[in-house]
Amino acid sequence: MSKPRTLFEKIWGSHIVQRNDDGTCILYIDRHLVHEVTSPQAFEGLRLAQRKVRRPDATLAVADHNVPTSHDRLKGITDPESRNQVDTLEKNVKEFGIEYFGMKDKRQGIVHVIGPEQGMTQPGMTIVCGDSHTSTHGAFGALAFGIGTSEVEHVLATQTLLQRPAKNMRITVDGELAVGVTAKDIVLAIIGKIGTAGGTGYVMEYAGSAIRKLSMEGRMTVCNMSIEAGARAGLIAPDETTFAYLKGRPLAPQGADWDKAVAYWKTLPSDAGATYDKEIVLAAKDIAPQVTWGTNPEAVAPITGVVPNPEEISDEGRKDFIKRALEYMGLKPGTKLTDVTIDKVFIGSCTNSRIEDLREVAKIAKGRKVAANVYAMIVPGSGLVKEQAEKEGLDKIFIESGFDWREAGCSMCLAMNADKLQPGERCASTSNRNFEGRQGRGGRTHLMSPAMAAAAAVTGKLTDVRELVAKPVTPAKAGV
Amino acid sequence: MNKFTTLSGIAAPLPMVNVDTDAIIPKQFLKTIERTGLGKYLFNDLRFTPEGTEKPEFVLNQEPYRKAVVLVAKENFGCGSSREHAPWALMDFGIHAVIAPSFADIFYNNCFKNGILPVTLPKEAVETLLKAAAEKKEITVDLPNQRVVCDNKTYSFDVEPFRKHCLINGLDDIGLTLEHEKNIAAYEKEQKGKQPWLYAT
Repeated sequence: MSKPRTLFEKIWGSHIVQRNDDGTCILYIDRHLVHEVTSPQAFEGLRLAQRKVRRPDATLAVADHNVPTSHDRLKGITDPESRNQVDTLEKNVKEFGIEYFGMKDKRQGIVHVIGPEQGMTQPGMTIVCGDSHTSTHGAFGALAFGIGTSEVEHVLATQTLLQRPAKNMRITVDGELAVGVTAKDIVLAIIGKIGTAGGTGYVMEYAGSAIRKLSMEGRMTVCNMSIEAGARAGLIAPDETTFAYLKGRPLAPQGADWDKAVAYWKTLPSDAGATYDKEIVLAAKDIAPQVTWGTNPEAVAPITGVVPNPEEISDEGRKDFIKRALEYMGLKPGTKLTDVTIDKVFIGSCTNSRIEDLREVAKIAKGRKVAANVYAMIVPGSGLVKEQAEKEGLDKIFIESGFDWREAGCSMCLAMNADKLQPGERCASTSNRNFEGRQGRGGRTHLMSPAMAAAAAVTGKLTDVRELVAKPVTPAKAGV
Repeated sequence: MNKFTTLSGIAAPLPMVNVDTDAIIPKQFLKTIERTGLGKYLFNDLRFTPEGTEKPEFVLNQEPYRKAVVLVAKENFGCGSSREHAPWALMDFGIHAVIAPSFADIFYNNCFKNGILPVTLPKEAVETLLKAAAEKKEITVDLPNQRVVCDNKTYSFDVEPFRKHCLINGLDDIGLTLEHEKNIAAYEKEQKGKQPWLYAT
């Protein structure tokens, strides 16, 4: 019998082209996603060195960070720098022969939404992108991680990367989630427990019955935020849920290949007895809806909690961080989180803009109105997500409730396009980062699940969504 | 790539934990298609008011730190986004080494691709160096001997041999990898036989 291996060890082991004496490996990369922000200098590097893209067939490009999400966007991008970046990508994909989803293509969307949606993301693959949230694709049991632009160029030229193996952590979440508690709450609770650097140097595998029960959308949300714990990647073992999601998608294996692929995918889950460098265990029943109060994702608390007091913290670095965070966020220690009023709501991003997320929002929004003091926007993750939501009539619920229903893109997750917070504005956001200035200089971000963001939209303040779930409204009693 | 061997000069103290790449270079400056010219935007929101005037309390707006070649910071430096614009901005400003107790993975990796040396030292050593930097003492970072020297004290650090080799010689690692092109082609041939669906598109 060979030594039991983890999912990570199996994928890693099957992608080594060459292992050098010092342990550095040339690792083969199966799929490469490209977007406009982190690729121009890489393509320029190829041109200067007169190199080609080794596998255009394994590469897919899309513009997502800079694109407007307004309905008139086909008139073109107003911001000259944003336009130049998108035009540059269009020029590069033509020159190097890479498939590209442009703004007019309904398959366009956030890079980490479209990869899975097209069936490009598959179990056992290595997948990279010049974007830290590439960890999203780990939901399929693919080893997927973000890289910088120099490495984008390296992959374009060689279809490989120079890597050393990561350590391996398993995070087990067992049991039943309470009503109103979702994948986003699981991952925020994990980050709250291990910290923003708790996963540094690790690939984190999520396991346990609560993870197994998640849909692919939920699993993507969990793996997406692995990077917010500092992890190189997140992983979830492929299973029937994974196969059912993939079957029939345009880039998924077809015909005889499908059966062969599934047989291979079934060999991937970690062997019984495989060992991890670190183990973390959480009980699903202990997880309440989460909301961040500070300026990184570990600054999180259950919605039933209060803003912490830095004076009660002994570690000096942490104390300074909290003081600075509270000053930036305009919050006082001891304030009940449910007493914090908001100005804006952002539902979208590669963390939470998929169809299931929108259905969660619709459940809360139906028969209720966005509070008078709030502007709430919903940005679907792709043109296809938008189309599906409209097929299900979700757009009508959103518009009826007073949400702004927009076109696909990264939007106010990082505010590179026109969607941004003004100084001092407070936002309930389904995105992944609450860093200072992330959603606009001086903007204040509270991260939470789509259901929680929808609850905040209709009440005008941070709200325990479980209270709204317990008191459903009928259309006749619309309004709050 | 720029070579890195030894470096001596002024070190700017930035005693903050979790300095993220959004802070190092905010998103509005990622719209460039160049690698150069980002130094003037380094730490933009910490360094300048919204109107663009300098914030005198920020270390890089003070003498002698305007000419800093080293940055000393606290845990988890460079967390967040994978944007390589962060090391590009540091390099363009003139900072060629960052010393901290820990770094985020992607940022750490990006530094080596750009001739910047990230040095991991124990927390106590970093605290001492933060003080020395605040007293405007020069710091020497010596990569061949893997040591930092300041105020007559020497601190040894670890660095992976391959990264060290590339940095000291300024090597282009794409060129190095392509020396093994035959092995890549052989891997592809074998993988295609076993997993044909990976080559079906």
